[in-house]
Amino acid sequence: MPSALPDGEPVPADGALPTSALAGAADRPLGFYLHVPYCATRCGYCDFNTYTATELRGSGGVLASRDNYAETLIDEIRLARKVLGDDPRPVRTVFVGGGTPTLLAAGDLVRMLGAVREEFGLAADAEVTTEANPESVDPAYLAALREGGFNRISFGMQSARQHVLRVLDRTHTPGRPEACVAEARAAGFDHVNLDLIYGTPGESDDDWRASLDAALGAGPDHVSAYALIVEEGTQLARRIRRGEVPMTDDDVHADRYLIAEEMLSAAGYHWYEVSNWATSEAGRCLHNELYWRGADWWGAGPGAHSHVGGVRWWNVKHPGAYAGALAEGRSPGAGRELLSDEDRRVERILLELRLREGVPLSLLKGAGLGASRRALTEGLLESGPYGEGRAALTLRGRLLADAVVRDLVD
Amino acid sequence: MPAIPSHVPEPSRTDPALIRNFCIIAHIDHGKSTLADRMLQLTGVVEQRQMRAQYLDRMDIERERGITIKSQAVRLPWAPTHDKGSTHILNMIDTPGHVDFTYEVSRSLAACEGTILLVDAAQGIEAQTLANLYLAMENDLTIIPVLNKIDLPAAQPEKFAEELANLVGCDPDDVLKVSAKTGLGVEALLDRVVADVPAPVGVKDAPARAMIFDSVYDSYRGVVTYVRVIDGQLNKRERIRMMSTGATHELLEIGTNSPEMLPADGLGVGEVGYLITGVKDVRQSKVGDTVTSQSKGAEEALGGYKDPKPMVFSGLYPLDGSDYPELREALDKLQLNDAALVYEPETSAALGFGFRVGFLGLLHLDVIRERLEREFGLDLIATAPNVVYRVVMEDGTEHTVTNPSEFPEGKINEVYEPVVRATILAPSEFIGSIMELCQNRRGVLLGMDYLSEDRVEIRYTLPLAEIVFDFFDQLKSKTRGYASLDYEPTGEQTSSLVKVDILLHGDKVDAFSAITHKDQAYAYGVRLVAKLKELIPRQAFEVPVQAAIGSRVIARETIRAIRKDVLAKCYGGDISRKRKLLEKQKEGKKRMKMVGSVEVPQEAFIAVLSSDDSAGSAKGKK
Repeated sequence: MPSALPDGEPVPADGALPTSALAGAADRPLGFYLHVPYCATRCGYCDFNTYTATELRGSGGVLASRDNYAETLIDEIRLARKVLGDDPRPVRTVFVGGGTPTLLAAGDLVRMLGAVREEFGLAADAEVTTEANPESVDPAYLAALREGGFNRISFGMQSARQHVLRVLDRTHTPGRPEACVAEARAAGFDHVNLDLIYGTPGESDDDWRASLDAALGAGPDHVSAYALIVEEGTQLARRIRRGEVPMTDDDVHADRYLIAEEMLSAAGYHWYEVSNWATSEAGRCLHNELYWRGADWWGAGPGAHSHVGGVRWWNVKHPGAYAGALAEGRSPGAGRELLSDEDRRVERILLELRLREGVPLSLLKGAGLGASRRALTEGLLESGPYGEGRAALTLRGRLLADAVVRDLVD
Repeated sequence: MPAIPSHVPEPSRTDPALIRNFCIIAHIDHGKSTLADRMLQLTGVVEQRQMRAQYLDRMDIERERGITIKSQAVRLPWAPTHDKGSTHILNMIDTPGHVDFTYEVSRSLAACEGTILLVDAAQGIEAQTLANLYLAMENDLTIIPVLNKIDLPAAQPEKFAEELANLVGCDPDDVLKVSAKTGLGVEALLDRVVADVPAPVGVKDAPARAMIFDSVYDSYRGVVTYVRVIDGQLNKRERIRMMSTGATHELLEIGTNSPEMLPADGLGVGEVGYLITGVKDVRQSKVGDTVTSQSKGAEEALGGYKDPKPMVFSGLYPLDGSDYPELREALDKLQLNDAALVYEPETSAALGFGFRVGFLGLLHLDVIRERLEREFGLDLIATAPNVVYRVVMEDGTEHTVTNPSEFPEGKINEVYEPVVRATILAPSEFIGSIMELCQNRRGVLLGMDYLSEDRVEIRYTLPLAEIVFDFFDQLKSKTRGYASLDYEPTGEQTSSLVKVDILLHGDKVDAFSAITHKDQAYAYGVRLVAKLKELIPRQAFEVPVQAAIGSRVIARETIRAIRKDVLAKCYGGDISRKRKLLEKQKEGKKRMKMVGSVEVPQEAFIAVLSSDDSAGSAKGKK
């Protein structure tokens, strides 16, 4: 999650939701995001809410340390139970992200998952994912996670090239992520993802092809490929501003995306979201799909965002402040927004258009509908789905998705 | 403390022999308003406790920028030091101090018999002052040379007294030395006005003839007209006639300013005062016009009346198209007080609905634009200023072009452009760079004179179009700020002028069309095309940006099609931010203007059109 929090209204101390938020909840899946805000080192491109110190103290003197972090987070899960009251939904997905979740002991992650299970129950086919750093797992760690109920794992591979990893400040050695895939398979994980980044300053087309080759060689059932976003305030942004590394041109990003699409589809991976490919329906990341389809999720942890029935809120960022609020029995929510019908319509368009299935045309108003027809003639939307009442992006449209969204929301 | 003179003659009953009508010619910052302040105090018309700096400058902009746009007249009683028994009436007529308002200056001068030539003792005379001095000399005014700010450490009274003496043709010892700030020498100056300035001469029993030298719109009282009576007498409640239009009005009020308006029974020969007739528009009471009585009025008007003629045009467009009615209303209001302001509605394919507005010059343009933005809260795009061209076609038809996009197509015989006689005063070390600048601007040297050992006056004929852009800024920067400039229109000349069009994706952008000399067309085209390539974001398709003369393309750049416009990631914590970003982008899109199928950001228009250079030139000139 990006480090800057939005502006919003305050969250009540007990975290209570307006009753409207829970109306019709039974029809929507519920997911849990558990944030682990610790990293061994901070990567130069990362603007997520992470901390490299192992102990952080809030203003109230409450200590948030890596060692007691799981307990703190479990407090929020218990708070979630209270806030959601008698919501009967079992949890469909759990996703542990960071930061670097695997900096915590496997047992911590398992206990966090256990709290979700205890309070809400997990659906029989629940997807339980954790992100993992290739250097911080080994077969025993993976086995412990699998044993504890995790069935999907996502490794931050980023690149197969040493010089690219160096620009990104990634510390793992090339080859290690691919080995992780094998270890995860061996530990019994059904679903394994590799995250890749393209367009890093200094990366060539061939470097990118090599990274894709290496990733595909390892045989994950899911690949995410992201254009490097240079976020303001990051070390990388400063280095680019100082002229130490060149900024990658948008056209280069476009070229790399096309290379990714070509190689991944040739290897049997199908895109299902602008930056995500999977070998099968089952390989898709269900948790992310909850985000993209406007479902309910509770994000626990410092700076985590939640969404339940049109109410979106976000927690205080600092782990010390976060732990302090929970220690006093208060909601760690820093602010929230109540989405209007129009907000929700706009969000649906901007999120669902990124999906292979696209957006139902019925969501569009007159001007947006007109714009969709133009987008169709310009080859940005697929004609087949359009005939069936859906605006779904073509390959070229995927690269211009934000421009299409701007026209479609009119 | 000022001594209040006894037996002050009343308006309409003042012996012309006791009247002295004078004005003050000075460069900005040379202390005219401060001197006027001291005179108000010394003559006792403004009480000490009511005094404020620059008492006579009414408009915020005038006070802020130190310029006087509208003139005023104040009746000051003054008993000379050597003869305390004879109280004289000094009418101080404040003149606008800028080249754009030369005509108004000339009318103010025509209302006077003498002038104080006020020059900063640390800086010497400046070009505009010199121009006004020549104007005063042409009007046979008695000149009283005065050096101000002699209390400043940097003052060089001897050097500049010499310079003034040379210009005026007097002895350096005759140059008065004052400090308007401290009041030093101001009494002596008032005595000198009484002694040197001739009393007005007019025919007492003739039909009334009064010359309008200013006309100001007041929202409470309607138009206040300032006049100088030449012959006869104007009386309260009579009907008067404007001789240029024949329109008649009832005199609701007549009076003098001391400095606030003070009603009187009338105004007699040589007197200066104001008239209120209830008209609501200064164009019904024009500067230079002659006022007479309706019954038994004068047959012949006083000479010198001219209709103000706009020299510089610019398109003014509201940034937000929905402000168009407000812009119209604001212009209507400003016109009430500005007979020289002309405008007509104009539509630009690129900028929407706006007005083509004619101005007397760059300062006029700048002041109007600033007032529109400040007093009326409008956000405006002003197109680059241009002059008026006269185009004669081969078939003999003639076009007057006030907007480059109206430049006619087809076979052109001759194009005429206005030229000015420019006078530049500067230290002699800058002669080389000034001449270089003027040659580059198609100038023709008329002559050069040394004002003193190290100060020179250079005269050039220059196309007006060449100085409406960034000439003054260039001049200032090439002379480290020392040069001053004045110019007056002197007619027109034929030139090899062409219209350069800018095409975006094959569509002409009317707002970017410009008329340039054919030798400069290529450079203009290349510069603009490159600038637009920088300013216009990449579109969904490739956009050629071309500069063309007629159908001949002289410069081309290509804005490549955008290939990627998508954020890589959009997860739970990104959604609010992403939606807000979208809302912001939508706002940005609203500010885009569609040129054909190309979206051009407002900023691109502003950057290219408002041409900081040209705005700066007007600002620099104040």
